[in-house]
Amino acid sequence: MLLEVNNLNVYYENIHAIKDLSISVKEGETVCLIGANGAGKTTTLQSISGLIPKRSGEVSFSGEDITKMKPHKITRSGVAQVPEGRRVFTNLSVLDNLRLGSFAISDSIENKQKEIEKIYARFPILKERSNQRAGTLSGGEQQMLAIGRALMSRPKLLLLDEPSMGLSPIYVQKIFEVIRALHDDGVTILLVEQNANIALSVADRAYVLETGKIVKSGSSQELLDDPDVKVAYLGA
Amino acid sequence: MNFLLQLLNGLQIGSIYALVALGYTMVYGIALLINFAHGEIIMIGAYTVVFSIQLIFAGTDIPYVFAIIPTVIICTLVGMLIERLAYKPLRNSPRISNLITAIGVSLLLQNTMMKVFGAQSRSVPKIFDHKPIEVFGANISISTIVTIVVTLVLTISLQIFMKKTKYGKAMVATSEDYGAASLVGINVDSTLTLTFAIGSALAGVASLLYVSSYPQAAPLMGSMLGIKAFTAAVVGGIGLIPGAVLGGLILGILEALTKAFISSRLSDAIVFGLLILVLLIRPGGLLGEDHKEKV
Ligand SMILES: Nc1ncnc2c1ncn2[C@@H]1O[C@H](COP(=O)(O)OP(=O)(O)OP(=O)(O)O)[C@@H](O)[C@H]1O
Ligand SMILES: [Mg+2]
Repeated sequence: MLLEVNNLNVYYENIHAIKDLSISVKEGETVCLIGANGAGKTTTLQSISGLIPKRSGEVSFSGEDITKMKPHKITRSGVAQVPEGRRVFTNLSVLDNLRLGSFAISDSIENKQKEIEKIYARFPILKERSNQRAGTLSGGEQQMLAIGRALMSRPKLLLLDEPSMGLSPIYVQKIFEVIRALHDDGVTILLVEQNANIALSVADRAYVLETGKIVKSGSSQELLDDPDVKVAYLGA
Repeated sequence: MNFLLQLLNGLQIGSIYALVALGYTMVYGIALLINFAHGEIIMIGAYTVVFSIQLIFAGTDIPYVFAIIPTVIICTLVGMLIERLAYKPLRNSPRISNLITAIGVSLLLQNTMMKVFGAQSRSVPKIFDHKPIEVFGANISISTIVTIVVTLVLTISLQIFMKKTKYGKAMVATSEDYGAASLVGINVDSTLTLTFAIGSALAGVASLLYVSSYPQAAPLMGSMLGIKAFTAAVVGGIGLIPGAVLGGLILGILEALTKAFISSRLSDAIVFGLLILVLLIRPGGLLGEDHKEKV
């Protein structure tokens, strides 16, 4: 297993937000976590990345225990996150946002430049906007930048928190094309989505999260065929 | 001629305010904290100048201006220590706790220095003993020229550091979003410590420049200087590097001109009155409004 979360419990003061959550992601897989508003999806990802403290449970990545690691060290060990709401650095240029994406890794300037070129090839609009302040980009462009920034660290695992949020259908299509392409390139992905239809169409497996608990898991096909999931998440 | 001279005096003290204001503004921009202990760094710097001259440089051929080295080192270390010991444990506490801590640290430093070195002021030996230079018939002291030039050079270097280097950009990123910054692998704790270190190093330089014209070190000397520099930072637009410099220079010039031409007793009242007026018209400070960029 590349990522293993065992019996994770997270609290906000006295709110028990994540309850005994256990999930795992194999190398090369795209795994999706679906759930309604407030189910605890963001909390799960932020807690894996070390931004929110864990009350109990363990997280291991690549065989290493990262439960108590600081967030910047977790990133350095190969876990990148595209956070909910994009959170690009609005006062910095597009190019500087990308450059900061590789802040963590020690690599030659040439290799980092190559990485930027790869991201520009994936998202040509970012190249056009390269010297523009990230705050002036549209929501969809910012989402691409946030993904590009995360890819700059050449992560072994990419955590994506609702990449489709607030985007028009065309942008949602574009973003998911990229997620598919990343999957095909062998990037391991843990994807959080409310848009279960599209998420299950790219994922190999999925977990269903309800009020902090995993209530179902299985292959994407199994969940697409599940009557409860159909009613609750697929709008059937 | 007198006007030119007063203008230069204003630029000189204004440069010192600017250097100190940079520390307030950077710490505010990145840590969202008003470091009231910043003025005390100046005071510690001034004592470092006195003692390093007495204990190291006196009786040697080394020019006293080399006291800048121990002064900057001590100020930087004290600034970093304050951040680690007093502010870091409160990172996730309400802002009011930080404010109270800041005031506490400030009083602690003042009183410790008073206890250890006494309340009376100590005089600082002459640092620049060169003759004044005559420009357009006005006699300008070396210390005035050095102060203005050094401030200019440091401000430009700081701006280049922030805009062009990886660590400068990491500071801008951190100022916007701690979480997103740590997600790209920035160590937020070290970035905050670096911010305090830079601010305190600038304060160290400011303290040597200050005592080169006002040759006294006293436990309470930092508080008025600190308040003025903080005001300068707010008037320029807190969080903005160019704002701190602009605010500092304006404050210095207004002060020198009111002292010379209106009343030296009322100068503080007049200057602060004018600055309050500026803030009533532009609450975000002079550069604060459509220039949202912090740090
Ligand atoms: N900072 C916080 N303080 C207190 N409670 C919080 C905080 N953040 C989240 N919560 C609560 O924890 C629960 C899980 O929130 P979380 O943001 O993880 O949900 P989510 O599944 O990501 O929802 P959404 O789809 O709306 O993004 C919610 O009940 C939320 O109200
Ligand atoms: Mg969420």
